[in-house]
Amino acid sequence: MQNTGTLKLTTRGDREIVMTRVFDAPRSLVFDALTKPELLKRWLTGAPGWSMVVCEVDLRVGGAYRWVWRGPDGAEMGMGGVHREIMRPERIVCTQLFDQDWTGGEALGTIVLIERDGKTTLTNTVLYSSREARDAVLKTPMEHGMAMGYDQLAELLASTQTQKENR
Amino acid sequence: MVKDQSPSLDRVFHALAHPARRIMLRRLAAGEWNLSDLAAPLRMSFPAASKHVRVLERARLVRRRVVGRTHLCRIAAKPLADANGWLEGYRQLWEGAFQRLDALLDELKTNEKHGGQTKHGS
Repeated sequence: MQNTGTLKLTTRGDREIVMTRVFDAPRSLVFDALTKPELLKRWLTGAPGWSMVVCEVDLRVGGAYRWVWRGPDGAEMGMGGVHREIMRPERIVCTQLFDQDWTGGEALGTIVLIERDGKTTLTNTVLYSSREARDAVLKTPMEHGMAMGYDQLAELLASTQTQKENR
Repeated sequence: MVKDQSPSLDRVFHALAHPARRIMLRRLAAGEWNLSDLAAPLRMSFPAASKHVRVLERARLVRRRVVGRTHLCRIAAKPLADANGWLEGYRQLWEGAFQRLDALLDELKTNEKHGGQTKHGS
């Protein structure tokens, strides 16, 4: 049974975060949304009030990507890395490093897309350089100004829920 | 930097990283146990079990009191709630992004049906 819309997030071992989410769309579209800058900019906007101001993606093995977000007070946060594997439309492996390097070195991200009955299961596994790095990432949403305004989030969740119920 | 602000959380994640300690915590969720009974299903010696409990104590997940020769252990809930809180914060950040992605995918699907053109050039 594939339930769309529920993000499962777990830690695995000491150094990994594993994220699983089902989308009600074929994986070719999910792959596009994950790799085309004009699409990425529309959903990977960060916390409320933030936007993606730089999104460059050289989608080739060895090609680099660079993402920068800007917050309401002008604060910027950037990250980037290099693509290690690309198997369209099912697998992307890339390195990732934040400009402030609060993860204590580069991490390795692996995204796998599996399609079934028109729905796509996305699994994103990020392997950090150490347990401390992994744990630091889990703390970041609240400690780096990336924090969701929880009230805004609650509103968003409530309105999405209402939309779903009204469908 | 970040980790220094919350050293106790590092200890919590470290404590949770071992399966034996997770089993102990699950059992302790049901109430107070003496250490020998707590360790029985893990088939380990008293000193080995005691070491694991010490890690849990250091993370402030478990409290131990010694009554005569019996070591009574019970769970202390707050640090666990903190760890869940961090994970939950991270989850919510991504969930916000993925809900926007849902909307975008709906739009892309609709555009595909209407002639394979999207206004975003894909």
